[in-house]
Amino acid sequence: MDTNDVKISTKDVQVYYGDNHAIKDVSVEIEDKTVTAFIGPSGCGKSTFLRCINRMNDTIDVCRVKGDIRIDSEDIYDPKVDPVQLRAKVGMVFQKPNPFPKSIYDNVAYGPRIHGLAKNKADLDDIVENALRRGAIWDEVKDRLQAPGTGLSGGQQQRLCIARAVATEPEVLLMDEPCSALDPIATAQVEELIDELRKNYSVVIVTHSMQQAARVSQKTAFFHLGNLVEYGETSTIFTNPVDPRTESYITGRIG
Amino acid sequence: MPFTWLVLIILTIAAFGYVMGRKRALQSAGGDRRNLHSLPVYYGANVAIWAIVPAAAVLVVWMLAQPFFVNSRVLATLPDTLVSEGNSIGLVMSDVRRVADGLDVAVQQGAMSRAEATSISTETSDVRERLGEVGVALGSAVSPEVLSGAQRYRTLNATGSVIMTVIVLLIAFGGAGYAYSRSNADFRARNTVERGILALLIAAASMAILTTIGILFALLFNTIEFFKLYPAADFFFGTKWAPSFSGRGGASDLGVLSLLWGTFYISFIALLVAVPIGLFSAIYLSEYAGPRVRSIAKPLIEILAGIPTIVYGLFALLTVGPLLVSMFGKDTVGWMQGGTAVMTAGLVMGIMLIPFVSSLSDDIINAVPQAMRDGSYGLGATKSETIRQVILPAALPGIVGAILLAASRAIGETMIVVLGAGAAARLSMNPFDAMTTITAKIVSQLTGDADFASPEALVAFALGMTLFVLTLGLNVFALYIVRKYREQYD
Ligand SMILES: Nc1ncnc2c1ncn2[C@@H]1O[C@H](COP(=O)(O)OP(=O)(O)O)[C@@H](O)[C@H]1O
Ligand SMILES: [Mg+2]
Repeated sequence: MDTNDVKISTKDVQVYYGDNHAIKDVSVEIEDKTVTAFIGPSGCGKSTFLRCINRMNDTIDVCRVKGDIRIDSEDIYDPKVDPVQLRAKVGMVFQKPNPFPKSIYDNVAYGPRIHGLAKNKADLDDIVENALRRGAIWDEVKDRLQAPGTGLSGGQQQRLCIARAVATEPEVLLMDEPCSALDPIATAQVEELIDELRKNYSVVIVTHSMQQAARVSQKTAFFHLGNLVEYGETSTIFTNPVDPRTESYITGRIG
Repeated sequence: MPFTWLVLIILTIAAFGYVMGRKRALQSAGGDRRNLHSLPVYYGANVAIWAIVPAAAVLVVWMLAQPFFVNSRVLATLPDTLVSEGNSIGLVMSDVRRVADGLDVAVQQGAMSRAEATSISTETSDVRERLGEVGVALGSAVSPEVLSGAQRYRTLNATGSVIMTVIVLLIAFGGAGYAYSRSNADFRARNTVERGILALLIAAASMAILTTIGILFALLFNTIEFFKLYPAADFFFGTKWAPSFSGRGGASDLGVLSLLWGTFYISFIALLVAVPIGLFSAIYLSEYAGPRVRSIAKPLIEILAGIPTIVYGLFALLTVGPLLVSMFGKDTVGWMQGGTAVMTAGLVMGIMLIPFVSSLSDDIINAVPQAMRDGSYGLGATKSETIRQVILPAALPGIVGAILLAASRAIGETMIVVLGAGAAARLSMNPFDAMTTITAKIVSQLTGDADFASPEALVAFALGMTLFVLTLGLNVFALYIVRKYREQYD
């Protein structure tokens, strides 16, 4: 790929939900301007690990995170780091499209307004338009920016959420099964979009579909029971896995 | 036969029918329950339902209809002169019933034999004295017409009860027998029981609705009665409330406006207290508090909702009133004359409404999907930004609904006002003045000796109707808003 700069690097990350040890010793280096896929059976900790990267786990009372997670070699769990600021830099798209019950415009303008990214109204208009274009939904909504975001179709809602996430100019985009609630056509649109986004961001996507991982990602990490079993080039993982567990999963024997 | 016995017998028939029906069904299946269409209990239940439901229905209808029937028959035999002597029909009939009840009591206590009760006459003995001996005091000597009416009343009632008992028991037996005869393996007892349960549920629901309609009609008729005696325009647009004491003559001023003003003013102050405190505590509890704090604080707040309003009234009268006087009374700024005032009642009522607002708002805030919060946090919003910009707007219609429901409770609240706000109907802007509300005036118009033919007493119904329309309107509007909001996330 174009660059091999490391964007996110984690070392010996442990996550506990109360007594439940959900992530065990995960060390991984995620590259910039690359799509990295997390795959693995349900409940293996993919979402949990993803949520460590923007400290969304902080919002869960019982959750404790240990270990070292760095973005651009800065420790994001350092007390000096404000998790709220961090989340503006590390955007997140969720499994179920979750537009706010506001207009399309206000949905996208939400982040920029909170972080004071726009000098004036015209500037904000530009930011919104740009984000919607990058979310590949501008043409569909440009005539009804004041219509409620909740009135869009599922696929449009998810692209709106992606646009909303890119509006704050994040450096990393985390996506937790972004296509699992979408039909095949909407999925294809979002996948295309992910490929576009790679030019500007480091994208980490959790997916249940191995075809999707193979289609959109350059790197793949396979998780099993809280462990990172195997991590490498997507093509290698899918054609020539080292670990027998990876092979079983890919060939459909664990699921 | 006493009523309880009748009910017990029907229940026994049902229980017996249950056992028999179950047995017969099992027998018809050759003792193998797998050959039955339904589980054996359903066959039993089917027989029991057939024994109880038709009999109970006839019993209820009969008991409702019999008094009307007996009354009209007795009335027909009373000479017209009795009624026209300045007595109303109702008064004569209540005399008749009272004497009849007295005879019943005398028979029960053994002071009079059954035969004597039916044959006793005013010429041979002093009925008033005889009944007085058993503790039934009568206002005046019993006239022969009333006595014979009472005796007729008793016989009619007794015969009616006997016929009723027989018919009801026959129906219970008939129903049980009919269902029993159908208890065989192919009979779809399960479906029948299902319909029986449906009927039971519908009956319960209609009972609630019918009662509401009944209350409404009672209010309505008396209100119409009132407006026959008192012009509606004076009631709705009059600013003066000065009822003359009933019986003393002199026209009353019965204008509702000053009462409405008091009602709204007090409710407004109550909401001013309850809405911010209730809403903020709901936000704290649902968004910030940890599970431990929540599990302690929530029940504590809800205890407030369990305090009887009379206790709040005492609190207003004995604590808040004097406290306010010491702050705003003539020793300081002199705004407040006495402890009872709009402010006193409003503050205390506000405290009463806090748990109401907070628990409703809490439910509504919790109903906002977690995905909304995640979405907002994921964009780098803080907690309070998320609450202000995502959660509250999403929950707003529901919260408005909660506030309207609280308002309708405030408008209908009585005890706090009676004790806290005073009794003077007044149109004043000063919240430290004593004022009064619709509810408090309904109480004062009906306590003591109320003559239900005078506008001074009937006005209570017009006031009640006004209140009913107000709170009903608010409730319907609130429910409409709440429902509209619920649809958003379905
Ligand atoms: N909010 C939570 N509270 C407690 N346990 C959780 C929570 N979220 C996830 N877990 C637990 O963490 C483990 C990993 O879950 P998750 O990361 O959601 O798996 P995946 O996304 O791979 O399906 C599971 O055992 C799950 O029960
Ligand atoms: Mg998951």
